[in-house]
This record gives sequence, C-alpha cells and structure tokens, in this order.
Amino acid sequence: MVDQTDKSDALIQLRNISRVYGMGEAQVKALDGINLDIHKGEFVAIMGPSGSGKSTAMNVVGCLDVPTDGTYHFNGVEVAHLTQDQRALLRRHYLGFIFQGYNLLPRTSALQNVELPLIYKGMGRAERHAAATDALAKVGLAHRAHHDPSELSGGQQQRVAIARALAGNPEVILADEPTGNLDTKLSAEIMEVLQRLNEDEGLTIVMVTHEADMAAFAQRLIWMVDGQIERDSPTSKAA
Amino acid sequence: MLWETVRLAVQAIFRNALRSFLTVLGIVIGVGAVIAMVTVGQGSTEQVTADVEKLGTNMLMVMPGQDAMEGGPVGTAIQLFDIRMNDLLEEELSVIDVSAPLSMGRARAVFGNENRRTDVVGTDNRYFTAAQWEVERGRLFDVTELQSGKPVCVIGETVREDLFGTSDPVGEEIRIQNLSCEVIGLLKSKGASTFGSDQDDFVIMPIRTFQRRIAGNTDVSMFIVSVRDGVDTERAKTQVEAVMRDIRRIGRGEEDDFTVMDMKQLATMLSGITGILTGLLSAVAAVSLLVGGIGIMNIMLVSVTERTREIGIRLAIGAQAWQVLLQFLVEAIILSLFGGLIGIVIGLGMGLLGANMLSIPFRPDPQIVLLAFAFSAAVGVIFGFFPARRAARLNPIDALRRE
Repeated sequence: MVDQTDKSDALIQLRNISRVYGMGEAQVKALDGINLDIHKGEFVAIMGPSGSGKSTAMNVVGCLDVPTDGTYHFNGVEVAHLTQDQRALLRRHYLGFIFQGYNLLPRTSALQNVELPLIYKGMGRAERHAAATDALAKVGLAHRAHHDPSELSGGQQQRVAIARALAGNPEVILADEPTGNLDTKLSAEIMEVLQRLNEDEGLTIVMVTHEADMAAFAQRLIWMVDGQIERDSPTSKAA
Repeated sequence: MLWETVRLAVQAIFRNALRSFLTVLGIVIGVGAVIAMVTVGQGSTEQVTADVEKLGTNMLMVMPGQDAMEGGPVGTAIQLFDIRMNDLLEEELSVIDVSAPLSMGRARAVFGNENRRTDVVGTDNRYFTAAQWEVERGRLFDVTELQSGKPVCVIGETVREDLFGTSDPVGEEIRIQNLSCEVIGLLKSKGASTFGSDQDDFVIMPIRTFQRRIAGNTDVSMFIVSVRDGVDTERAKTQVEAVMRDIRRIGRGEEDDFTVMDMKQLATMLSGITGILTGLLSAVAAVSLLVGGIGIMNIMLVSVTERTREIGIRLAIGAQAWQVLLQFLVEAIILSLFGGLIGIVIGLGMGLLGANMLSIPFRPDPQIVLLAFAFSAAVGVIFGFFPARRAARLNPIDALRRE
C-alpha cells in the first residue's frame, strides 16, 4: 500500500525489483533494485552486456519468473507474488512472447502454431481459425498457413512466432533477441514488422537485444549493467 | 478444451506411429492373452457342461468298490452287483425314475469283411431312458427279447459307419465273438465327449444275452440311475446310498463297498478345473499388462524429456500446470486404450481360432472385454500420471532453454 502514492499510470511498473539466484556465498544478484515504467504503446529495447540481467528482467516482466524482492504492477495490479497458475493466466490473456529460437511446435502447421494460445484461451474452433488467419495475414504469411515450420525459412518462422504472440490480442509483446538467429536482411524485416505493429496497432513492445541496429527500431533504449539500469533514454527514432 | 487435448494426444501418438505401436505392444499382448484365455476357457467350460448334460445331469452311476474312478472293482473281496439288486433299488426308491443294470466288455464286431473292436454292453430298455438315448432307425428291445435273451442288438453310429458304410444296418446280422446277432436299431449320435472319447462306439444287447453268450456269468458292472424330474440329485444320491447299504447288508460302522457318482458333481468338478486353468493363464497374462504399463510409463517419460521445449512453449503462452498434466495423461490413456482395443480384437480373433481348433463353442464374454478396456484405461492413468506430473512441474524458463 506504501507504493500507492508512487503509482503512475504506467502499464508496467517495476519498483526496487531484485532477483537473486542461489544461496549464501554463491548468491548471484541478477537484478539489483530495478525501477522501470513502461507505458502503453511504447517500443522499448533493453540492451547490455552478457550477464547484465536483461534476460532476467524480461522474464520478470513476462511473469515467467518471480522477483525476490520489490513490487511489480501490471496495469495497476500487483503481480509480483502471484502463484504459478495465476501467472499463467496473466500470460495467457495479456502477454505475447517472441523468442530467439522461434520456439514453434515442430510438425505442426503455422496456422496450428498460431492457434495454440487461442486454444488455451478457450476460443471455439471457427473463431480461433479466423483469429489465427488474421494474425498470419498481419505478418504477411497468410499464404503459408499450412506449412510446417521445417518448410519455412528462419525469417518466416519468426514471423509465425510473431503471429502467435499477436493472435491472443495481448497488451504487451515481449521479444527476447528476436533477430538473434537471423541475418541482417531478415532481421530488418522482422524489426519492420514489429515496428509496424507498434505504430499501426499501438502495441506495446519490450525487446531484449544485443544489436544496436535492432535497438534503433525502438523509441526508448534501456542500458543495463550488473543487474541495474545504467541508462534509460529515447532513441533517435523517438525524436 | 478436453476435446482439443484428445485431438492433440491422437496427433502426438500418430506422429510417432511405430514407437507408439511398440509402446503399447505389452498392453496388446496382455489384453489379447487375457481375452483369448477367458474366451477359450468359457467355451470349454460350456462344452464340458453340455457334454455332461448330454450324459444326463439327473443321472447317478452306482458301481461296486470304493475306488470307482480308478476303474471298477479292485481285488476279489468285493461282491459284484446283480440284476436283483438293481430291481430292488428301483423298487425301493420313489425318487428314482429308472435304474438300469449294465454289464460291459470289449469285443470285436464283424459284418462281412468289416470289423471293429468296440464296447459291448448288456442292459435293458431302461438304460436308453436313463442315459437319454434316442432311436435314429429301427427299434429298441421287446419284452420277449429281453426275457429270453435273444441275440439282437442296437448299435451306435460309429459302429454303423465302420461296418455298414452307406447301407442300412437294420435287419442285418453281425457277429460278436461267436454270437450271431441281429441289428434291430440304430441310436442317434451323441458325438465325442469332452474327454475326447467317442460316445457312439458300442453295441448294446439284452443283458441276459450278454451274460449268457458273451460274459458267461451273471455279474452286473454298474447301475445307471435316472433321478425323477424335480428331485434334487444330491438328495437322491443319499437315499440311493442308504438303500444300497441295506441291499448289500452293510453293517453299521462298515464302509460302503460301492460308489455312487453324481453327474452334476462331475460337471462341477470338470468346469472347476477349466475355471482354475483359465484363472491361472489369465493371471500370467495380467502380468504382461503390468509390464505393458511400465513400458508406457517409460516411453511417456522419454516423451516428456523430448518435448521439454514444447512444454516450455505451452507454459509460456499461458497453459496452466493442470493443462499440461492433462495433456500427457490423456496421451498415456489414449495410448493404452489403443493398445487395449487392438488387444481386444486380437484376443477375440485368437479365441475364435482356438474355439474352432478345439471344436468348442466361441463364447466371448462382454464383461471381460469391458473389463480389459477399463483396465487398459486404468493402466494409462496409473502409469501416465508420474510422467505427466513431471511435465506439469517444469519451470517454463528452464524448459524453454533446453535444447
């Protein structure tokens, strides 16, 4: 209740978040008292050297991990200490994930992959089908809906993953090094898709990357070192 | 959601069709074996019962000596039966419909160039009633033939076939030892008994004829007693025993020097034996169900490990732990149900084959089929739960990181 006064209208609001792994001597502070506000419609890139805590920050924001200390308000609701199943529901209804390794189900068509989160949302077959087709169209892959991931290029696979993240109509898309496995040209393609979603659909995007070129597509850059935010500034895009 | 889960499980199973099949092989063999055993077991039990019923469940066999099962009188001390005793027994007891004296021997029956070694039985018309024989052609004995011991005989189907082939035996003369004997009747075939013996292999003649012309004495081997309809065989048996003790003047405290055998007892005993055998074989088969279950658990554990990343993806996009648990549990259940279904089909097929080979009736038991189905579902639940729980307990971050 203390932080009530401190509460802003931010969609994501982290206060003094720390995440400690291990016990005693072997303790590692992956996050060390982070404060961060992300507003609706922002496109934020998180950068930093390896081990700086950017992935941990991403996992906490994505409710895949729980902070050791601190508070996390999502849409005004404290979510730092939800149970595993409650966090699953939160992810299901408000968050979309994009991973470096695409993480599509093998031997499952693009369409079925995109439908997956909708199944958990309890959507009916027809409705699901329509929503998934729509999401695939948004990433320009409507014509490859019935191909298996193995029949798609890396860039196409990542676009399917984006469609999957989109299909559930989330508040935030969390992208963990989405272009890590792609060459420069395909990377740019993916970034353009994300940028368009951000600009046209007003989708909030939080992206971890270690490539400055990719970070340049965002409006805001957060630089992390040793589990702390060292710098938080608008990119040239924002201007 | 459940429907989706089932659809998904079926997909996962067919994605690895060969492995899935090998996984459920244990269940297939277990269920198949149990069903085949029970089907054949029930068929043979029914066959035994039917055979004994053909002998007549309301029939008692009275034999001299105590160890009747081991083959008639032992030693010389035992007083044999005679016709008088039979008639006394029949007269004395109202629970008895008829009691027929029986004398038996083995002899060669000859007609023309054909001959056959067969059972030669001396009795009277009461035997046909007691043992439920029906006439196929010709007639049974008449009073004069019985009283004067005329050389006439009634034959069984096997003897007819051997000696006469296609021609009509009635009215023909056959020779038994040095007795020339007119065939006056042919009995309706009863076929082979459960014990494999041919029930139609005999020649029957009036008991006086047999005693005088074949055996050369007045001994009677046994009485065949038919109990009146509606009378409890067990009760009749006790009464027969009491009367026989009187007839044979056995004193108080002395042992019976005869044996009364109950066909119902025999039937129960025989079907008891088949029952025990069926039970034992089914138990062995059930062990393979257990082994099959362990096979499923093994493969499901491998599957969970292989699909760690998939589980991670599902958890990340919002699957709750129970949904992942359900997914793997349903997969295990469907897998073992598939196995169960295939096993049921194979088991019934084997049962049919076995029934045909043993020439017993094919009696599939719907209860056992249902039980086998339920059992394979249970195997899926029990052996699928542990791997499924392991999947559900995965941490999404770790699961996604796994290669």
